[in-house]
Amino acid sequence: MTEAKRIKIMSFSLIFGFFLTWEFLCILLNVSDLVLPRPTEIIVTLWVKFPILWPHILQTLYSTLVGFVLGVGIGVALGVMVGTSRVAYAVAYPLLVGFSSIPKVAVVPIFVLWFGSGTTPAILTAMVICVFPIVVNIATGLATTEPDLEDVLKTLGASKSEILWNVGLPRTMPYFFASLKVAITLSFVGAVLSETVASNRGIGNVMMTASSNFQVSLVFAGLIILAVLGVVLYSFFSVLERRVTGWATRDTDIAIT
Amino acid sequence: MNVKTQVIAETEAISDSSTLPRRSAVELQSASVVFGSGDKAVTALSPTTLRLDAGDFVALVGPSGCGKSTILRLVSNLIAPSSGVVLVGGREAKVKELRIGMAFQNPTMLPWLTIEQNVMMPLKIVPPFKHSFRQDRKGAFRDRVHALLAQVGLAGFANHYPWQLSGGMLQRSNLCRALIHEPDLLLLDEPFGALDQFTREELWQILQDLYLDRKPTVLLVTHDLREAGFLAKRICVMSARPGRIISDEPVNIPQPRDIGMIYGSEFVEMTQGLRELIAQVRK
Repeated sequence: MTEAKRIKIMSFSLIFGFFLTWEFLCILLNVSDLVLPRPTEIIVTLWVKFPILWPHILQTLYSTLVGFVLGVGIGVALGVMVGTSRVAYAVAYPLLVGFSSIPKVAVVPIFVLWFGSGTTPAILTAMVICVFPIVVNIATGLATTEPDLEDVLKTLGASKSEILWNVGLPRTMPYFFASLKVAITLSFVGAVLSETVASNRGIGNVMMTASSNFQVSLVFAGLIILAVLGVVLYSFFSVLERRVTGWATRDTDIAIT
Repeated sequence: MNVKTQVIAETEAISDSSTLPRRSAVELQSASVVFGSGDKAVTALSPTTLRLDAGDFVALVGPSGCGKSTILRLVSNLIAPSSGVVLVGGREAKVKELRIGMAFQNPTMLPWLTIEQNVMMPLKIVPPFKHSFRQDRKGAFRDRVHALLAQVGLAGFANHYPWQLSGGMLQRSNLCRALIHEPDLLLLDEPFGALDQFTREELWQILQDLYLDRKPTVLLVTHDLREAGFLAKRICVMSARPGRIISDEPVNIPQPRDIGMIYGSEFVEMTQGLRELIAQVRK
């Protein structure tokens, strides 16, 4: 058995063991399902309520992805602007750090104030929360491009845009894809957060409503859905990253030196 | 008319009415380079005058930090002279009158491209090739890259990535990239500095063959006196920083030269002479 396979099996058993322990502790200590429902109860709720939950899942995914796409677009554009000039990078960096260190929960009330509750603030929260990691990564990738690599093209008489296109951007791809993994997770957090505060749709809202009605197992069902969605979104971009920027995380086994 | 444009005008006038069989490929006229300003100013290159005819092969040797690489960076227009004029193909370096190929000590292959794509890069950037790059010529370009790779002993490695190749192989690819667009002017900045002696001597011979085959103008910066003696037609010795050229002597050995020659007494005598000269200026 290979090392990788063993780790996979161990990691599955850990997850399974976690839920098993949860189940048994609940039975053993006689925990009320109003406090902490057993995993089996949650699964039953999930199964029974799934037809009702489904549109909410789509709603959350929709807000997350639209916000994410907008965030990536803005982030890439800003990142390229900041990163192509060393001066712009140095000047803009403090402001970027300042913006990105604002707790994004704080912007939700502002969006609600401007756009009312519903899908718009969810999308916008998902957007602003994911912009900064992308800007910072793109800008860093571009600004730290080795001058040697650029010199190769400069001696050939390449224009600024040719250098950006042939060296800067490809060189930045690993940074970009690493930031996408972070960004999609953050977008998801942002969308759910905004739904929780100000929406009547989406998983965030379902959990909020369920908790005020003491449907505790439904709250946990929402939590499970969020966990699964989060993992799926993250894995998608993780796989994409390895596909596109394999050269940066090369597999040294096939080197022939 | 200021001094600079006047000098250019004069030079153009000379080259227009010139009866000389060869026009200058590279000309430095009292070109100097100073980095920074005020108290912190560092003179990287004292006013230097140097002329390379078309088809010349000049080696620049000297103690480290003497401004050898600075001259290359001037000629390739990576930096501008603080004073004086740098003419390439009879015009200011930034005009890019000549097609330039350059190879640094660090192979600087782009890690996300295969060797073939790396070597092909100049064809994508440099006119007139860039205009036909996206069209049907790509197949012809690829054949050309493969032929050149075969010439330096890299047949079959076109689709490898840079990290899959050894240092010597990368430096061969580097040479190919500097030559693929058939430059008029080849600038080499210690291209074999980081290689072992055997690989180095092999690459000297490859470079000599490529040079005799295509006859570009070559400016080679090196700290290896045998490399300079084996390859160059002329050797310029530079003084310690701030550098200037203190000796400019031809190498009177017909090309092609045999690699065994570098262990002969005549050759050793010549490199010994250069060695002593550099040892003196280092003090």
